[in-house]
Amino acid sequence: MSLSLRWRAAVLTVFIFFAFTATWELSVGGHGGAATMSPEYAALMGATAKGASAMPGPLKVGGQLWEHVLNPFYDKGPNDKGVGIQLGYSIARVAVGFLLAVLMAVPLGFLIGMSPLFYKALDPFIQVLKPVSPLAWMPLALYTIKDSTISSVFVIYICSVWPMLINTAFGVASVRREWLNVARTLEVGRLRTALRVILPAAGPTIMTGMRISIGIAWLVIVAAEMLVGGTGIGYFVWNEWNNLSITNVIAAIVFIGLIGMLLDQVLAFFTKLVTYVE
Amino acid sequence: MITDTQISIEGLRRSFPSANGSGEVTVFEDVWYKVDRGEFVCLIGHSGCGKTTLLNILAGLDAPSAGGIIVDHEEVTGPSLDRAVVFQSHALMPWMTAFANIAFAVRSRWPEWSKTKVRAHCQKYIDLVRLTGAEDKKPSQLSGGMKQRVGIARAFAIEPKIMLLDEPFSALDALTRGSLQDELLSICAATSQTVFMITHDIDEAMLLADKIILMTNGPHAKICEIVENTMPRSRTRHDMHRHPHYYPIRNHLIEFLVNRSTEFEKELSSSDYDPRHPPVVRPGLSRLAVLQSPAERAADGNTDGETIQASA
Repeated sequence: MSLSLRWRAAVLTVFIFFAFTATWELSVGGHGGAATMSPEYAALMGATAKGASAMPGPLKVGGQLWEHVLNPFYDKGPNDKGVGIQLGYSIARVAVGFLLAVLMAVPLGFLIGMSPLFYKALDPFIQVLKPVSPLAWMPLALYTIKDSTISSVFVIYICSVWPMLINTAFGVASVRREWLNVARTLEVGRLRTALRVILPAAGPTIMTGMRISIGIAWLVIVAAEMLVGGTGIGYFVWNEWNNLSITNVIAAIVFIGLIGMLLDQVLAFFTKLVTYVE
Repeated sequence: MITDTQISIEGLRRSFPSANGSGEVTVFEDVWYKVDRGEFVCLIGHSGCGKTTLLNILAGLDAPSAGGIIVDHEEVTGPSLDRAVVFQSHALMPWMTAFANIAFAVRSRWPEWSKTKVRAHCQKYIDLVRLTGAEDKKPSQLSGGMKQRVGIARAFAIEPKIMLLDEPFSALDALTRGSLQDELLSICAATSQTVFMITHDIDEAMLLADKIILMTNGPHAKICEIVENTMPRSRTRHDMHRHPHYYPIRNHLIEFLVNRSTEFEKELSSSDYDPRHPPVVRPGLSRLAVLQSPAERAADGNTDGETIQASA
């Protein structure tokens, strides 16, 4: 056995995948107990009445996934858009809300981190606002903004802002004293100290905050779009639930998971760029 | 003899709020001392006597509670590029390469310099501390000794008037420490740099310093006395211990650190100690000898003391 750990893990991953799908396929197969309903009701219920489960098997889901992959961008009216278009809407909302949060949280976090006075004064607000579920802001946003798309962007903004704000402030406040002392003995100006010393020193902590934020934002967008409706992958999930298409719901879950992983990997890549070894 | 005072420490005191919040703890007080241009001064004392605090005040990173420091006829009110600091923990920016760390300092000193001029200047100091070839490494890829070399190069590269070193070699192994001491000595000799260094290593102080300030234990630490190093400046690590003055000076310093630093209060009450003019001693010439006149020293048949005075 000279296989590396990586290869052994890959083999195990494939094994678990097949074991899971096989169990799934077997457990959703037809079983009896459908004889007692009236023929009209049975006709309404379709295949379910003949004893099959409404829960699709992995092969069916796989087929549906493949169809989505082949044709992701079709648009046949408001309730029938390709999954690519829906994901695009969601990603765009997350991107806009997240970038607005970066523009706000990083400079403000810098200010809070640099000033012990602001740190202490703003701490109660942050501590109270941080644990509020971002969806609780939704009615407030809809009432004041009166636009469902902007409201969902606002919800993304408000949920992304806290981890970044807290991490930036913490990262800036905990820059090693000696690095600041080096800058002081070299008579480095405030702006140059902020950009050349504090920002790179706090960079990894700030990026960690951003990574937490994008994760939360991607969790929240699905729920927000279910509430607001219209477009987006969250709306797609809810719409397919109303269509009783469990196959599409599961396909959407797979896509949401993959995009979430991708977003995290992008942030992880940038985190790696700013990380330093002490 | 004309003395050219560059640093004048005048009645310096530093107090901190005490831990229980009811009053103040005075770390050191009534510290008076003058450093001449081109002189290498070491400060020795136990931990807790405020050595680093004193150096931070000299650097302008900390402010005294009373008294002040005059450098080149100007009071120290904050950090300055004229006073470079080599920190105990090297304090390199870990996200910058060795070269970038030095270049950061050089650009701070001469913002108007062109890229090529900065590069050439940095390279000169990298070569001086024998780091050629390691310029593009990050501090995490360098050994402890190499990191401190970068720290020293960064301090010398801005060509300061005064060099302040805070136990720069204390975290290094004995071999590395030795070679870095030699290099520091040769750079200082070449640039006739004024140096104020903190250490707790007696041999380091004897090798490097022209004068060794002995500080009593805190709180309320004071300058106990000034020990003049009467061995010639040409001393090296390899032959210093053969010099006839070596053991008298060394014994005097050990005696101070082991016994006198704690019992100085008693010693104080039984002598005419004046904090403005702490006693200057030359244990190398004769044990317990207090300041001698040059004539007396000449009578001793020893000219080393003269050499030091002349070079100061």
